This record gives sequence, C-alpha cells and structure tokens, in this order.
Amino acid sequence: MKVLYFAWLRSKIGVASEDVTPPPEVTDVGGLVEWLKGRSPGHAEALANAAVVKAAINREHVPFDHPVGPGDEVALFPPVTGG
Amino acid sequence: MTIRVQCEDFDVGAELEALTRGRTSIGGVTSFVGYVRDMAGGAPVSAMTLEHYPGMTERQLEAIAGEARRRWPLDAVLVIHRYGRLEPGDRIVLVATASAHREAAFESCHFLIDWLKTRAPFWKLEATPEGERWVEAKASDDAAAQRWRE
Repeated sequence: MKVLYFAWLRSKIGVASEDVTPPPEVTDVGGLVEWLKGRSPGHAEALANAAVVKAAINREHVPFDHPVGPGDEVALFPPVTGG
Repeated sequence: MTIRVQCEDFDVGAELEALTRGRTSIGGVTSFVGYVRDMAGGAPVSAMTLEHYPGMTERQLEAIAGEARRRWPLDAVLVIHRYGRLEPGDRIVLVATASAHREAAFESCHFLIDWLKTRAPFWKLEATPEGERWVEAKASDDAAAQRWRE
C-alpha cells in the first residue's frame, strides 16, 4: 500500500510518500493512521490529532471508517486551503 | 468544461474571450478571480507557496464542475488554479461560468469557488517575517460550502 503525505504532515513525517505493509488487523483508514503512528516520532507527532487529518483513497475523499486494502493509494493531509 | 492546474499565470480577458467565442447561446458570464493578499491574520505576507496533489486535484475539480453543470443550465465552465510560489497581487484561481441567463451564471460561479475551497486538494504555505506557516482551513469556508448542500 502506498501512503502519501501533504503539507505539514509531509514536513513532520519527513517523506512525501512511503510503501507500507500494515498487519491484517488494519482494515480501515482510522486503523491505518493508528498503526502509522508507531513508525517514528515524526509520524506520532504528525498524526497525534486525528481530528485535523483528512484522507483520500485512490484520489477520492473518504471518511476514517472507509476500508483500506493492499493495492490502495492512501493520502493523508490537513484540511484543504485552495481557492 | 475546461479544467487547468498550472504554475503559469493566466490572462483573464483572453480566457473569457476563448470561453465565449462562437457560442452565441450565451447570455452572460460570471467570473471569480482569487489573488494572493499581502496580509493574513495581522501579519505581512511576502510569498505564498501552493502545494497540491497531482491527479486528485484535476479529478476533484472535474467532479465539482460536473456537479455545477448538473445543477444549472450552463453553456461553459472554466476553472484554472495555479500552484507553486506566488507573491502578493498574483492571481491564484479563475472560475468562470456561462449561461443563457444571469442567475445560473452567478449562482454556479459562487457554488464552484465555495466547493473548490473545501474539496480541491491544495495547501497554502505563507512566508511571513516570523517564518513560514501553513494556512489553516477556515470554519467559514466549510459553512459557505454547506450552504450548497442539496
């Protein structure tokens, strides 16, 4: 599974994307975010407040209870500020 | 329906001319142009860098423009959004809608910019005298988008 980070999540985590293989008990976005927190102190800090983290799967906005699978492109980012 | 995500500036007059040329069913065009401001939250801003999610940005803008066409009888829709480093006074975004009548053009243009602000994956990094800071999403932008919920 490919995970992409944007804006301050990217700067805190230190990479723009990474390939990860979460354990089978990770079945949704919320579970993935919890699991990613254990990868480094930067991950833990960036993902500490899940209320300000939004997600997309395969380039569509999704809520945290949306399922994730091995072939997905998952993006995590702060609320968008375009326009 | 034209969607463009680009670094380069755009010429508003030329874009509106291209949008309407030869389409004589159009009775009116509404356009919105967003600019980089020189102040934010009481601090001077010397530059703004826009980051986006290539691939998702275009997909979301197309979906939003498609939704506008579903809701209003539009002859043409144009969205141009820039990314990269911009300075105060620079254009960021152009939204233009064309219709036979003004209500559809006005309403759909307002809808597009409100929805774009809460759905298109862009993030703004401001440069201020105290350093760089990521712009936070505004509750007022969410409220503006909520207004258009069906």
